Amino acid sequence: MSALKKMRKTYKLRGGIHPPENKTQSLQSPIDVLPVMGEIVLPLGMHIGAPAEAIVEVGQTVLKGEMIAKPKGFVSTAIHASTSGTVKAIEHRPIIHASGMTAPCIVIEPDGKDQWTTLTPILNYRQSEKNDLLEHINNSGIAGMGGAGFPSRVKLATDKTIEQLIINGTECEPYITADDILMQERAAEIVEGIEILQHLVNPQETLIGVEDNKPEAINALQAATQGKNIEVVVFPTKYPSGGEKQLIQILTGKEVKSGGLPADVGVVCQNIGSTYAIFRAVKHGEPLISRITTLTGEALTTKKNVEVRLGTSVQQLLDFAGFHASRANRVIAGGPMMGFSIPSLDAPVVKTTNCLLAPESNELPLPPEAQPCIRCGMCSEACPVSLLPQQLYWFAQAKDQEGLKKHHLMDCIECGACSYVCPSNIPLVQYYRASKADIRQTAEDQKKADYAKTRYEARLARIEKEEAEKEAKKQARLKKAAAATTAKEKSEVKAAVERTKAAPAEATDDPVAAAIARAKAKADASPLDKAKDNVASLEKRLKKAQAKLDAAKANNDENLAAFESSLTKLQDKLTTAKAELEKLQGEAPKATPEINTDDPVAAAIARAQASRADGESLSPEDKLNKDIESLTKRIKATETKVAAAKENGDEKAEILESSLTKMQDKLTTAQNELAKLQPAKEAPQAAPAVDENDPVAAAIARAQAKRSGDEALSPEDKLKKDIDGLNKRINATQEKVATAKENGDDKAEILESSLNKMQDKLKAAEAELAKLQPATEKTEDAAATQSHDPNDPVAAAIARAQAKREQSSDLSPEEKREKDIAHLEKRIKLTEEKLSEAKDAGDDKAEILESSLEKLKTKLADLAAAED
Amino acid sequence: MALLNITSPHAHNKNHTAWVMQQVLLATIPGVAALTYFFGAGTLINIIWCVTTALICEWIMLKWRGKPVAFYLKDYSAIVTAVLLAIALPPYCPWWVSLIGIMFAIMIAKHLYGGLGYNPFNPAMVAYVILLISLPVQMTQWAAPLGADGASWIGFKAAFLNNFGFAPIIDAHTMATVLDVMKQNDSLTNNQLFEEYSQFGHFGGLGWEWVNLGFLMGGLYLLSRKIFTWHTPISMLAALALVSLIGYNAGGSDSGGSPFFHLFSGATMLGAFFIATDPVSSAVSRKGRIAFGACIGVLVYIIRVYGNYPDAVAFSVLLMNFAAPFIDHYTQPRTYGYNK
Repeated sequence: MSALKKMRKTYKLRGGIHPPENKTQSLQSPIDVLPVMGEIVLPLGMHIGAPAEAIVEVGQTVLKGEMIAKPKGFVSTAIHASTSGTVKAIEHRPIIHASGMTAPCIVIEPDGKDQWTTLTPILNYRQSEKNDLLEHINNSGIAGMGGAGFPSRVKLATDKTIEQLIINGTECEPYITADDILMQERAAEIVEGIEILQHLVNPQETLIGVEDNKPEAINALQAATQGKNIEVVVFPTKYPSGGEKQLIQILTGKEVKSGGLPADVGVVCQNIGSTYAIFRAVKHGEPLISRITTLTGEALTTKKNVEVRLGTSVQQLLDFAGFHASRANRVIAGGPMMGFSIPSLDAPVVKTTNCLLAPESNELPLPPEAQPCIRCGMCSEACPVSLLPQQLYWFAQAKDQEGLKKHHLMDCIECGACSYVCPSNIPLVQYYRASKADIRQTAEDQKKADYAKTRYEARLARIEKEEAEKEAKKQARLKKAAAATTAKEKSEVKAAVERTKAAPAEATDDPVAAAIARAKAKADASPLDKAKDNVASLEKRLKKAQAKLDAAKANNDENLAAFESSLTKLQDKLTTAKAELEKLQGEAPKATPEINTDDPVAAAIARAQASRADGESLSPEDKLNKDIESLTKRIKATETKVAAAKENGDEKAEILESSLTKMQDKLTTAQNELAKLQPAKEAPQAAPAVDENDPVAAAIARAQAKRSGDEALSPEDKLKKDIDGLNKRINATQEKVATAKENGDDKAEILESSLNKMQDKLKAAEAELAKLQPATEKTEDAAATQSHDPNDPVAAAIARAQAKREQSSDLSPEEKREKDIAHLEKRIKLTEEKLSEAKDAGDDKAEILESSLEKLKTKLADLAAAED
Repeated sequence: MALLNITSPHAHNKNHTAWVMQQVLLATIPGVAALTYFFGAGTLINIIWCVTTALICEWIMLKWRGKPVAFYLKDYSAIVTAVLLAIALPPYCPWWVSLIGIMFAIMIAKHLYGGLGYNPFNPAMVAYVILLISLPVQMTQWAAPLGADGASWIGFKAAFLNNFGFAPIIDAHTMATVLDVMKQNDSLTNNQLFEEYSQFGHFGGLGWEWVNLGFLMGGLYLLSRKIFTWHTPISMLAALALVSLIGYNAGGSDSGGSPFFHLFSGATMLGAFFIATDPVSSAVSRKGRIAFGACIGVLVYIIRVYGNYPDAVAFSVLLMNFAAPFIDHYTQPRTYGYNK
């Protein structure tokens, strides 16, 4: 019947090779079930994925089949004691691994009783939940037994629609017969295992793929699958048909996408050994504690398949098979094509050890020295995945990772067919393994670099965003302010319009009154008024801004810089507005008579206006004063900016500082110029005053000169103002220095240097003042007398002059000195106080203060000496 | 017992480079036999001389390059180059012509490019073309094939004395090859050519038909031993047959010659199975080798019919050697798991 059954179409595997099979040697006798052979060593990482986690302790007694390590994560599986005994150690032992490394293992000293733990079979698995069944399989420690050791649960847990369940009975590697003999002897159990798998993945069809060099296994399987929905598919022997992807291709014609899983194309693959283990786990509750291993190779007397406990040492197994160590040059775990030589025979048999091959030297001779590649192309003919091994070889030698990737090195299955056929004996697979490792390492490094880069970019973006937000906030504030102004202006206009409207309504009865009102309203809304309003509102806003700035400073707000800049802008605006106002006022013809002569300042303003009204520009002094004022303002603003920049560790701090220095230079120049101008100005003014014979005339002349367009402030006043300002600034700077020092800030030094400069300036200003004061004191007195007749400045000046004349011409030198001494003493006292404060605070400026104190004291001493 | 730590695979087949080269040498026997039969022993003298000088050159170069001499000499690659050049040379060219050729082939075309496996051009063909361009007189004096008017078989001694300049064969009959005649002809039909010129044989050149058949046999043997795949030689022959069929024009006076004529004249079969299949300088993938072979086939016809030299195979192979890396770049095979 089965012969009549239509043969399933199989697909040809591309490439491939036909190495000598060498399978008959180990098929001469049935499976030999071996007893426990001494110490059991169970590595925690017998499978692909995370190593299991030990759940026993040293000294603990364990029973055969007892879980001693639990799965850790999804891609992981359990490990069980393969016999009863005592946990002797949990330590690093040599394992079967190409690297020859050691790995953590649980070592069990068998007690010889080989006593089972309580087993929990799932007899009626069809009634149990799929997940429970999968959990049971994973807790039974089932991993792919064909060589890779991939936990079976992961493969079976797919929720994809499975078209084919493929049982891999190919066993294409030469020498190995473990699956072959299992199929021959235990086909019925395997079929039961397949039925469990069918229940789990619910495939449309189930295929057992077997190469045609295993006729007995094929017969046994065909007999066992009679009447079942399982098909045994036989195909021509060729290495490496047993690779999972290759078998899928042969049986279904489907190709698993590069980097994909079989489940992606609707296929689940299981190895014969794993299928049998699943049967034992479900039907008998027995976890995976033993496996069939082929012992073969000419260096062994007995070549056969054995069922061996996991954890048995390779040495013991080889000894059991009659190992002639002298005849062998290596022991291979696995087959001659993909197996690796075992560096230590103490390594234990694990779940993936399907074969131990101990070949004689002439059986698998050592590879001869490699010759140059002649690009004969035999390798690419042999490659089952259509790579160009000869090209990969060039790229590998050149370490050209791009070329390797472009030629799909990562899809190499390392089957060894290319190396096998290479007439130049080039160890191609070795090159590919090394290159793959390099590529992975590079990718790993790249990942790290990318991560760092991403972090850096994120940081930049964050900073940028913050700055943008700040800017936006600033813009919003400006807009709001602008809107408020416009609204105010609008409301004023509205009010004016209403007023205008209201006015006629009020005075409809009286057209004359209405006209008057209209004119009045017009006058109200004159540009001058608007400008005044503007100045007033700006002043208000400035005040508010200042308050905000102060608050921000107090709170150490990050928007400080923004506040400051807006403040500066407002100040600028205010200056402009005031200038405009002045201009308007100057234009207003009635402004002149409005001068309040009682108020010298107002008078001065009026004078200035008058002079401007006369078509003159601002006097040089006025200009300079204005410049100085604005410079001072700007310097102040810049200083705060510098401070803020320093605090933020901003680079522009230096730029700001340099501009600050420039401004200070400008200020100094302006002040010097002013100083130059003032004596020159004073000279002509003073000229009449020089005439000491007539102080009255002089006073009159002075007053007239003043009235004729001089500035309101006397040089002393200015200096005093300057000194006051400087003192204030010094105090502020000192405070700043103190905070900077406390915070260990770098800008402390810069601040100190500016402090020094300011102190120098202060000294200079004070010196100048000291010079001026003797000259001015009389002016003050004159001013004092002026109060007698406030209505007439000329009269007042006359009065002052008269008073002076009464007082005699000048202060006596003694009087001056006394005054100076008093002044100096005051300052010394102040400085001393400051110094003690600074010393208490451990402040650096103490030294500066000390030096200035010393200077003051010398001055005092000089004065005292002069007195004597 | 020292446990060797060797990575897989542990098994290896019996193929070795030397074995591959030996197979190639073995496969030249029928062709060389035919050459000797029709053109005398000159070819054998050339082979012996070329192999000897090639081994010496190889030895010198390996010494110079500090390579293990014995290890590389044993790969037979120098011998294969020498034999192929000797076969390509006119049987009675002077000894120094062959020597120059061998020195060029081994020293420059092979070792100066990096030695075996690194040479971008087929060394034998480089040497052949150098000689052809430099020494056109010596290189175009082919003996008349046995059976042609006035031709006689030249023995070993006469050939040796001639080639080494001791006693030139005064009556050595040199004759234009059929390819020359075909190229120069613009009045006779193909049939008339075959009737009038004694060096024309049944469908190719007299003797050349057999030489080509000999190399075809050798090539088929190599194919059966999987020394190379069919892709290069078959595509080359198919392309040559196709284009000559197109240019056949029913054998009129402007005919380029029949496909049979082209397949079995000159160095067609030698080129297809022994020159174009040189793995080092050809394309690597199957697709690539088909393109490589087909282009050679087309070029052979073009050069034979329209070129100045009738020796088309050498030029065509060298031209395509240039193109091999380019072909490789565009003919990477589809790897398992990638879109069809």
